[in-house]
Amino acid sequence: MPLVLNEEQNMLKDAAKDFCKNNMPISQMRKLRDDKSEAGFDRDTWAQMVELGWAGITIPEDFGGLGFGYTGMGVVMEECGRTLACSPLFATAALGAGCILHGGNDEQKNELLPKVASGELLLALALEETPHHSPYGAEMAVEQAGGSYVVSGSKKFVLDGHVANKIIVVARSSGKAGDRDGLTLVLVDSGADGVGVTRTIMADSRNAANIEFSKVQGELLGEEGKGADVLDQVLDIGRILLSSEMLGGLQECFERTVEYLKVREQFGVPIGSFQALKHRAAQMFCEVELSKSVVLEALSALDESSDDVAELSSLAKARLNDTYNLVSSEGVQMHGGIGMTDEYEIGFFMKRSRVCEHALGNSAFHRDRYGVLQGY
Amino acid sequence: MSDLESFRSATRDWLEANCPASMRLPEREEDMIGGGTRQVYRNPDAKVWLDKMAGRGWTAPAWPTEYGGGGLSSAEHGILQDEMMNIGARTPISGMGFSMIGPTLLDYGTEEQKQTHLPKIVSGEIRWCQGYSEPGAGSDLASLQTRCEDRGDFFQVNGQKIWTSGAQYADWIFTLVRTDPKASKHDGISFVLIDMAQEAVSVKPIKLISGNSPFCETFFDNARCEKFNLVGQLNRGWTVGKRLLQHERSSISGLSGGGRRGRYDALGQLPEIAKQYIGEVNGRIDSPALREDVLINQMNQRAFSLTQRRSMEESQSGGTPTFATSLFKYFGSELGKKRLEIQLELMGTQSLGWDRQSFDDLESALTRTWLRSKAGTIAGGSSEIQLNIIAKRVLGLPD
Ligand SMILES: Cc1cc2nc3c(=O)[nH]c(=O)nc-3n(C[C@H](O)[C@H](O)[C@H](O)COP(=O)(O)OP(=O)(O)OC[C@H]3O[C@@H](n4cnc5c(N)ncnc54)[C@H](O)[C@@H]3O)c2cc1C
Ligand SMILES: Cc1cc2nc3c(=O)[nH]c(=O)nc-3n(C[C@H](O)[C@H](O)[C@H](O)COP(=O)(O)OP(=O)(O)OC[C@H]3O[C@@H](n4cnc5c(N)ncnc54)[C@H](O)[C@@H]3O)c2cc1C
Repeated sequence: MPLVLNEEQNMLKDAAKDFCKNNMPISQMRKLRDDKSEAGFDRDTWAQMVELGWAGITIPEDFGGLGFGYTGMGVVMEECGRTLACSPLFATAALGAGCILHGGNDEQKNELLPKVASGELLLALALEETPHHSPYGAEMAVEQAGGSYVVSGSKKFVLDGHVANKIIVVARSSGKAGDRDGLTLVLVDSGADGVGVTRTIMADSRNAANIEFSKVQGELLGEEGKGADVLDQVLDIGRILLSSEMLGGLQECFERTVEYLKVREQFGVPIGSFQALKHRAAQMFCEVELSKSVVLEALSALDESSDDVAELSSLAKARLNDTYNLVSSEGVQMHGGIGMTDEYEIGFFMKRSRVCEHALGNSAFHRDRYGVLQGY
Repeated sequence: MSDLESFRSATRDWLEANCPASMRLPEREEDMIGGGTRQVYRNPDAKVWLDKMAGRGWTAPAWPTEYGGGGLSSAEHGILQDEMMNIGARTPISGMGFSMIGPTLLDYGTEEQKQTHLPKIVSGEIRWCQGYSEPGAGSDLASLQTRCEDRGDFFQVNGQKIWTSGAQYADWIFTLVRTDPKASKHDGISFVLIDMAQEAVSVKPIKLISGNSPFCETFFDNARCEKFNLVGQLNRGWTVGKRLLQHERSSISGLSGGGRRGRYDALGQLPEIAKQYIGEVNGRIDSPALREDVLINQMNQRAFSLTQRRSMEESQSGGTPTFATSLFKYFGSELGKKRLEIQLELMGTQSLGWDRQSFDDLESALTRTWLRSKAGTIAGGSSEIQLNIIAKRVLGLPD
């Protein structure tokens, strides 16, 4: 699996970098936050992203997408991570589209995927029921009634759940919380009777939602009781693409910090001349380089559907969690007092890193999973 | 079949036919072959294997054929390594000739130097050692004091080196000497090659915490160095010496391809060791804390190996790697050291035996390997020095 980008991927990355820098700089996120934006992202900017094809990067051409693969999506996510860009790209195009692509029947794919690619359909995945990531943790019940599937229960931390038009609900048709068997994916309209959405604004100024479902009718996505087969694939896609975003964020944060060490003077010299800071910066550099490698490897594994996607997704997510945490904490520390201010942007990376960390599995979760996958 | 595929199958056949069975068994520290006139081949197969590989230039697969090397492209070199790994074939010979002075002569040597020295490295006839450090010049290598004076048709060398690995087995020494005491620190240094088979060169082994004596003090007392063995220009040896350090650092971290894969493989794999000594419950190592240590180390190791591969791919695809060998030297040696600390934890008191009777081979090898691993973050430029280099050269932080 290649660990260098090809020419097309490099071009896409450059284009994404320019776009994010010009159209969604960090100041946009601050403005959305301060204006208390309803959506939490800018609809015009999203339309431009759709125009560039980003909503359909991983959707096959047959369904109206670009079919450009996960590495392509990864480099876009990375650039979005650098400017902490707010958009529904991850929830809709990575998680939502992934569920439909891997779980949907032909009819569902034909109907929904082109709408994702054209930007008119926003999706969300309603999985978690506790404050910790738990892929098979659903207790929420689903029952079959007539032709439809009826779900009742509540979900937490549904990324972009406040804006999604359709929600993919992970419910349980048999067994108990923690069982891999018995999960069923149900697709519901967010406007359907019995759906109660409460927007939750997170520390990173991005949005999720707590959603109550009370006897909500929806349609089956994939096979009843076999939802985990789809979920496993989609969660790995999500973990790897989120790792790509984190890679962008941590690089930007690290570069800004190194730059600050060169310009800030104390004791009559740049603080970057103090070895106590130099060595920590050099150690972070190593962690950053290792992070780049695992993300690239995991992205190519997705593109090649190789056997080790699962372990690479855990390798990547655990490492990116830890490295983003380190680099953003040190970023604040090395900026001294100014790093604590809202006006200065460095703290935004720390807030984003922690939300990303807990989305789709913290490091303890992924190290444990990696060990299990490796047989120890 | 593509050229590479036919190279692969021919290589596989040749290895199958020529690699003696005993050379496919895991290699212990004491089995390693360094060559030279003092090498003892306790297992005659080791010599057979060395001669066969050397005959094809495959002891130095990537060096040009005119100097005895294999002339392989990097893709072919990779295939050779894969195929050797597949049958567990040992590296027939290794040492500073291959990892340090050879590559440096290819970069900076004169035609005469290359013709004279490289073929004898490839064949295993001559073994080299490194005379850099002195009692007063360690991390601050450029403060070295060993003098080298022009005596008309030869150079005369006086002074002392220390920590010279393998000096007691070596035939030749490459060394940094001061040729202009008046010039500033970095400007008066030259890089010379000295034949150790002369009275004026003597060595004294130093015993280490591991009980072994892998290195020596080396004394030059009016030693003679032929003029054609000055590498690079007079007083410009620092440039040559630094290049050699890069080759050294790549090889310590196993980056150079020529380095042995999985330095500590002979000590077993951590997960298996953990299961054996700690036990398992539901397929997990039966100690959450130790399991976490093992996982962190294994996952870092995998990320590190991927980064080595990425660096090679980046240089192959035309670009120079965007990061320095110091990353590999620093991270690789720290990782290796940590791995051994974890193995000690896993094996408990069985990992700390000294006498070889009461402890099995793996256990007593571990004790010594653990002690030796501490050198990994000191030799070849300490971890702190590598971090200084990254901070300065890669991140551009001010002095
Ligand atoms: C919440 C808060 C409340 C505060 N309240 C008060 C207050 O009431 N009154 C008041 O007067 N001040 C107050 N301060 C200011 C505080 O004392 C300073 O922020 C602190 O002394 C650091 O100085 P600095 O921010 O200029 O950072 P800098 O000195 O620029 O430091 C930047 C980074 O460089 C590091 N660094 C600096 N010098 C060295 C060195 N020689 N070696 C190694 N590393 C070095 C620092 O550790 C830091 O990581 C407050 C700050 C905060 C964040
Ligand atoms: C097993 C082994 C094999 C060796 N083989 C050879 C060989 O074959 N040939 C050869 O020439 N040499 C060899 N060496 C020597 C090796 O290169 C030196 O030990 C090394 O360069 C460190 O020098 P020193 O021992 O004098 O330590 P010092 O330089 O005295 O360092 C002592 C401590 O201070 C730290 N330190 C020094 N300067 C700085 C700084 N600027 N900033 C922060 N920390 C600093 C070091 O990191 C170290 O922790 C070998 C060493 C070992 C352990």
